[in-house]
Amino acid sequence: MDRSLLFQQLANALSLGSLYALIAIGYTMVYGILRLINFAHGDVFMLGAYIAFYAVSAAAMPWWAAFAVAIGLTGLFGIGLERVAYRPLRDSPKISIMISAIGASFLIENLGVVVFGGRPKSFASIPLFDTVVHFGSVSVLSVSLFIPVFTGLILAVLLWIVGRTKTGMAMRAVSTDVDAARLMAIDVNRVISFTFGVGSLLAALGGIMWTMKYPQLNPLMGVMPGLKCFIAAVIGGIGNIAGAVLGGLLLGFIEIMVVAFLPQLTGYRDALAFVLLIVVLMAKPSGLLGKRQAVKV
Amino acid sequence: MRKFAALLALLLLLAALPGAAFAQKTVKFGVFEPLTGANAAGGAEELDGIRLAQSLYPTVKAGGVEYKIELAIADNKSDKVEAANAGQNLVDREKVQVVLGSWGSGLSMAAGPIFRDAKVPAIGLSCTNPLVTKDNDYYFRVCFLDPFQGTVMSTYAFNNLKAKKAVLIREVSNDYSVGLAKFFADNFVKLTGDKGAVLATLNYNTGDQDFSAQLTQVKGLKPDVIFAPGNYTESALIVKQARELGIKTPFLGGDTWEIAEFINVGKAAVEGAVMSTFFDNDAPLTKLSKVFVTEYQKKYGKLPSGTAVLGFDGYLLAIDAIKRANSVDPVKIRDALAKTKGFEGASGVVTLDENGDPIKSAVIKEVKGGKFVFKTTVNP
Repeated sequence: MDRSLLFQQLANALSLGSLYALIAIGYTMVYGILRLINFAHGDVFMLGAYIAFYAVSAAAMPWWAAFAVAIGLTGLFGIGLERVAYRPLRDSPKISIMISAIGASFLIENLGVVVFGGRPKSFASIPLFDTVVHFGSVSVLSVSLFIPVFTGLILAVLLWIVGRTKTGMAMRAVSTDVDAARLMAIDVNRVISFTFGVGSLLAALGGIMWTMKYPQLNPLMGVMPGLKCFIAAVIGGIGNIAGAVLGGLLLGFIEIMVVAFLPQLTGYRDALAFVLLIVVLMAKPSGLLGKRQAVKV
Repeated sequence: MRKFAALLALLLLLAALPGAAFAQKTVKFGVFEPLTGANAAGGAEELDGIRLAQSLYPTVKAGGVEYKIELAIADNKSDKVEAANAGQNLVDREKVQVVLGSWGSGLSMAAGPIFRDAKVPAIGLSCTNPLVTKDNDYYFRVCFLDPFQGTVMSTYAFNNLKAKKAVLIREVSNDYSVGLAKFFADNFVKLTGDKGAVLATLNYNTGDQDFSAQLTQVKGLKPDVIFAPGNYTESALIVKQARELGIKTPFLGGDTWEIAEFINVGKAAVEGAVMSTFFDNDAPLTKLSKVFVTEYQKKYGKLPSGTAVLGFDGYLLAIDAIKRANSVDPVKIRDALAKTKGFEGASGVVTLDENGDPIKSAVIKEVKGGKFVFKTTVNP
């Protein structure tokens, strides 16, 4: 392969991978604290994108205000979702809460179909994000330069919150032992709401960045990215924030390079991601950066 | 609980009332379309055409009885498995007399055997793959076929664009796209007399959004033309991402591109994209063409697409067949459909051959100034 094409493929991989990483962070954070795989994460992602879309098109807000509103509202929605769908089940077996998550996912998707309609919508072009930037023979969309920056910033901020702040300490305490944390006078509900809020903010940001890069919205747009980012989070070690970034980058890289070097396998690109999931789960279930831990039953 | 039961009873009563109040006999047309999922806009366009036809022609007379036409709408969710379920639902639960649809040949093919086994005739609207009607006595259609469409576009590439080398990009999970790409390639190789005229055939899946890896390969191949038949949103993203990578090669596509979303998603990037489609609003083919275009604008406040007109025609062909059969028995409707000759729809005259396919001309359009602009008509 031509050198310039190889560099282009690397740029493609980085831009897709950092987008996966951005969404995987939110996924992994909720899991890290609650040991809950929030299957509705992809649908919260969709919701964030739609709110931003309507804020721009129907409420005629400038894009930055629309994005802020969408991210804020989606965060609140995440907190509400936890209260309605997960909190009542907190003392039930883990499987019930997981089924509730799947139910919530279907509910949001189908409400999306009813409210937003099945026909895809398209985001207005925002010049800041929708400009082609050239580096020699390599060209990328400007949004692809912002995404890795956002991902890096968020990673740093989250690592700081979890590792260095009081809230973070409470989060870690809740994740280790909910009952003991409660005995230490930690407001468990508040910590969990906070986690869900932040997770949903990140989903909204991911959804908005996704539609900047691929400007079409439909009520099922969160399904595939949701699954892919779940895979990314598992590869990196679910619950580990830095692992999610690593997993996302790796998945993006693999997906692009498969098409680049083994074009005959292109049709199996999605299947390959799932094969990867199975391989990781069999070979190293705790993921690349995950710690081995004994499961409490 | 009691309150709930009472409410339920009331609802059931309300639902039953219209049936009791107007004891007019009805005939049910099943609408078999993707209304959600990747192909939702295509299904919506055809449904618009069908609804317009229903509002203009709400009844049909057969055997001295006037029947009210009811639509039973089944969403096949742009998914082949769901398509089979939706088809089964139409024949088993809704007990429709005739089926209209679907947008998307693969979806039609998934439900074809179900309609055949239930002996309910189906009229395909814009499903262009030859396999839809082949070996199925109960599937008919009102649009041209892909071997013709592939020839039209490859001839356009060869004559108008003077293209010698082409790259094909297929939606590999879609029978329509794979079939059309093949017919294009066959004729393009014949026209150029060059076995290597197709430099590469690249694939993607329905619902994919990132095509950068495939397009980077195209960039290295430097073709004269790219033929990329497939679903409208994916196709628009392909053209957009190609332009972002600095690929300036002209893009050609098929009838599935002529949907508003193709331009909404692709915006400036899809300017100059050329596609074959079914109908041009400004070139009336029959008396009904004008009726359709004016009434459509009145009802929906926009210009119709070439897909909507086929929904309109499918509905009218069903009425025509019922009249000729003088019965609403599905098998008799089928027999009448099979004998369709010189039926005048809004998109041209339909005479069905032994496979249940018509011969119709194709229209070539180009995206110009954010609109689909007529270029030329190609007769078979």
